[in-house]
Amino acid sequence: MKKHSVLPGFGLTMGFTLLYLGLLVLIPLSMAFLKASSLSWDQFWHIVTAPRVLASYRLSFGASFAAALINAGFGLLVAWVLVRYSFPGRAIVDGLVDLPFALPTAVGGLALTATYAPTGWIGAKLAAVGIKAAYSPLGVVIALTFIGLPFVVRTVQPVLVDLEREVEEAAATLGANRLQTFRQIILPAVFPSVLTGFALAFARALGEYGSVVFISGNMPMRTEIVPLLIMTKLDQFDYAGATAIAVVMLVISFGLLFAINILQWLNARRLSAA
Amino acid sequence: MTYKKTLIAVFSIALVLVPSLGGSAQTNVTLLNVSYDPTRELYQELNAAFAKAWKAKSGQTVTINQSHGGSGKQARAVIDGLEADVVTLALGYDVDAIQKAGLIAPNWQKRLPNNSSPYTSTIVFLVRKGNPKRIRDWDDLVKPGISVITPNPKTSGGARWNHLAAWGYVLKRQNGDDAKARDFVARLFKNVPVLDSGARGSTTTFVERGIGDVLIAWENEAILAARELAKGDFEIVVPTVSILAEPPVSVVDKVVDKHKTRTVAQAYLEFLYSDEGQRIAAKHYYRPRTPSVTAEFSQQFQQVQMFTIDELFGGWQKAQASHFNDGGIFDQIYQPGF
Repeated sequence: MKKHSVLPGFGLTMGFTLLYLGLLVLIPLSMAFLKASSLSWDQFWHIVTAPRVLASYRLSFGASFAAALINAGFGLLVAWVLVRYSFPGRAIVDGLVDLPFALPTAVGGLALTATYAPTGWIGAKLAAVGIKAAYSPLGVVIALTFIGLPFVVRTVQPVLVDLEREVEEAAATLGANRLQTFRQIILPAVFPSVLTGFALAFARALGEYGSVVFISGNMPMRTEIVPLLIMTKLDQFDYAGATAIAVVMLVISFGLLFAINILQWLNARRLSAA
Repeated sequence: MTYKKTLIAVFSIALVLVPSLGGSAQTNVTLLNVSYDPTRELYQELNAAFAKAWKAKSGQTVTINQSHGGSGKQARAVIDGLEADVVTLALGYDVDAIQKAGLIAPNWQKRLPNNSSPYTSTIVFLVRKGNPKRIRDWDDLVKPGISVITPNPKTSGGARWNHLAAWGYVLKRQNGDDAKARDFVARLFKNVPVLDSGARGSTTTFVERGIGDVLIAWENEAILAARELAKGDFEIVVPTVSILAEPPVSVVDKVVDKHKTRTVAQAYLEFLYSDEGQRIAAKHYYRPRTPSVTAEFSQQFQQVQMFTIDELFGGWQKAQASHFNDGGIFDQIYQPGF
């Protein structure tokens, strides 16, 4: 039995979807695998496990995770403020959230470095208490938090708009305190969108290059991110080496994003079962 | 009705425009010069001068488009299919890479005078006003407590010259003792707090962020910073010994043959060697090759004892392999426990 849907054209749209993803994602990325396959397994392993490369994985994944976590917390807060309160200038604040999307990342990197360098406005105050912001792993986290900011806010916002205030009021009349209302009413509703935002911010941070190279200082073993090492390989015209690291990034990133999607699916199933 | 009218208007405009775009191709010629970052202003002026000279000589109107970026990235773009008629890059190694890809003839460096580099530069120091740390020569850079700014030689072509300049200074002073040079350069990089990915990034770190006591830079960039970026805040210190930086130029054979632009591309590069071209290069703080033009600008460039890459390192291929490729000397300096 063929299922009828209101709008026809599954075959056509599915075909288009596959073509679209194929041309833009699958084919270009499989080129990376093809290029890396010119290496022997030993060469590949040697390149992707060199001490400097390992140090850069730690920094890239660690800083991206930290930045996405910060964004998950504060993005939720920002979204809440924007949805639940009306105050003068709300539209402007709302617009500010998207700026990291629109700005060339190099501009963001330069502006952040100017602010957080030891001579910068905030950097000087941090330096006074012994915290080195720019040119340290902390600087990398700052840049990655900046570029990931819009993701959580923009994924959580529509969910909060749909969340009816009456439900919270009902919880309150039934005797729930504020913490209980937050944990048992609001959080379960927004959690999937926070997770989506987190995943997007995390993925975006892993690939970020433009803003980070300004603020990180690019010191070998300490503040080199994975994309920078890929660039250094390319500057030696070492395409195979560059793609070898790129392949590792691709596989790990895909694995992590896939895991987050599974988590989301499990969460959705649990909610619908309850 | 109005929609139809608009449509007709758009089509008729298109019909008028299309032949006028294609029709004049005979007397117009376009070149693409793929260059590196700090030559933007130099080539803007040079292109205008060449267009004028070429029009007078051949009657052809030549338009030269410029593309700028990191030298290595630009070379990769050409290898990957950016149709550059000529390349004017920061180091021979990058042109060699294009040659290896089969786009440029193997003898490219011999086709034009002076190793195919019409203007040169050298590596100097930029220090803060009054030279508070009293930096006079390379030895002062390895002293404890001196903070040195230089870009990462792995990502910046310019920074490779910096590294080799320091290395060569020690070889010259210590009768070619490689171990001493290695120790010196390792100590130098211990004094480097930030390795920007490109030369302009380092200049920003030093000039705008106020980080570091000394910036190692190309002379043309240093003079530009001292004279135009922040007048009076910085001084140039020329070391006793430095490297002769020879940014090379070449016609991209495969492309000019395809575009049928070899004659004009060749003339464009030769124009760089003319007195007018040399003067424009000197105006943008590159050292000219022609002695008469050099004499005109003698105020601008201090005397310095210079060595070449070929003389001390046996050319770019060797220098790149032993110093900057993965596992090379630069990497070893940063290896834990070095």
